[in-house]
Amino acid sequence: MSSSVLRADAVHKSFNGTEVLKGIDLDVAEGEVVCLIGASGSGKSTLLRCLNLLEQVDDGDIWLGDAEITDPRIDVDAIRRRIGIVFQAYNLFPHKTVLDNIVLAPVKAGGRSRAEAASTALELLARIGLEDRAGAYPDALSGGQQQRVALVRAIAMRPEVLLLDEITSALDPMLVGEVLDVIRDLRTEGMTIVMATHEMAFAREVADRIVFMADGRIEESGPPDQLFTAPQSARTAEFLARHRS
Amino acid sequence: MTPSERQLERERYRRRRTLTRGAVAAVSTIVVIGLLVYVVGSSPGWERVHKTYFWWPDAKAAFPEVARSFWLNIRLFLVVEVLVLIVGVLVAIVRVIPAPALAPVKLLAVVYADVFRGTPTLLIVLLVGFGLPALNLTGMPTSLFWLGVIALTLSYGAYVAEVIRAGILSIHPTQWASGRALGMSYGQTMRHVVLPQALRRVAPPLLNDFVSLQKDTALLSTIGLVESLRAAQVISGKDFIFTPYVVAAAFFIAATIPLARFTDYLTVRSLRRENGLVT
Repeated sequence: MSSSVLRADAVHKSFNGTEVLKGIDLDVAEGEVVCLIGASGSGKSTLLRCLNLLEQVDDGDIWLGDAEITDPRIDVDAIRRRIGIVFQAYNLFPHKTVLDNIVLAPVKAGGRSRAEAASTALELLARIGLEDRAGAYPDALSGGQQQRVALVRAIAMRPEVLLLDEITSALDPMLVGEVLDVIRDLRTEGMTIVMATHEMAFAREVADRIVFMADGRIEESGPPDQLFTAPQSARTAEFLARHRS
Repeated sequence: MTPSERQLERERYRRRRTLTRGAVAAVSTIVVIGLLVYVVGSSPGWERVHKTYFWWPDAKAAFPEVARSFWLNIRLFLVVEVLVLIVGVLVAIVRVIPAPALAPVKLLAVVYADVFRGTPTLLIVLLVGFGLPALNLTGMPTSLFWLGVIALTLSYGAYVAEVIRAGILSIHPTQWASGRALGMSYGQTMRHVVLPQALRRVAPPLLNDFVSLQKDTALLSTIGLVESLRAAQVISGKDFIFTPYVVAAAFFIAATIPLARFTDYLTVRSLRRENGLVT
């Protein structure tokens, strides 16, 4: 088995007394694509936010490589530079152009020169077919374009893992495809990805492993073919049946 | 493509309607102004009011002195505006920063904002203008100019801090999240992501405070600064005429107009950019 990039051990998280994560164990190997599926409120987003340290865990450990990143002495910003995350609502910076959105963090936090960061950014934009929009402001782009820019913005930091939080859920069905194409490309390049998604067909196609979450626990996990055709748990079967109809 | 007959008819109607509405607006404006002029001009006291407040020879005579002293107002408000922005941003950031260790500084910022926003500016001017020099502290400025600057900065810094704080809090938390998620520190996210958006959003109320500040430089006449209001007072005291005051008022009005147009320009520019109409 290849080396572990990101690992959660017995992670617990509550909000206002409601336990959202009830002991999550997850081990993501290098180059692996893991899809988190499950109903809204099952804890997928919270798990991703905990993995990126945007939320503080109440108990349990998270490891990035061989560093325990739940240690309060750790440099949180340095860790986040190694873990990219993209959100459902794109969250581009509206006062900056597409290019400046992508270049900001590599220059300010990554210590790269503006020229170098800009040439990387333009290269990445060219790959998603948006190089001619480098000078545009986010509001001038469609949702799909904005989400692709958000993906590029995260990748520009050259993270070791990419977390994707239902990044197609806010998009028009017509625009979902172009975002999924970018994810396919990233997978081909060997990017390690953990993504929460409701796109079952896509998850089945692209994932090395599917993790089904329910009520803050991992109900079942396994390779897509096995999980989708022969789920072990009744709960998984029920969820999948509802999603097929 | 040539427009259809129906479309041409619509356009004719719209042109006609715009013309009619414009004509109605123009006529009614002229009538109202004419009435005002007539009522005021035909009032029994107009002759005296005209001579006391709006007498051209008096205005011409007062102009050089008022203009010269208005230069002091301009210097005052330019210096204070810069300082107020700095104080405002600093106090606002201290108040929103989520660091428990900073509690004492945050408390100080809250007390500052509450006290100086609650005290009439005139009182602050008097307290600073006469109180600070009385302390006999070494290094404390004794020049009236700097005492005035300190007083107005203390007062307006508190207002502006609250406006900027409101602006910072109005930026959606997801903007913070994406800045931090990219590995930028709290300070970097504040500096490059949140603060620029916040300042843009609060530019109109900020301008409002600056206009008010420009007028309040006149309060510094009470501690002996001969700015334009004081100069006008001196002239009018000699001859019992009020026209110099009106001249001073004209200067204050003239000074606020560029500020207003500048903010309009900034607002329109950022709206246009961020709504996709790149210019």
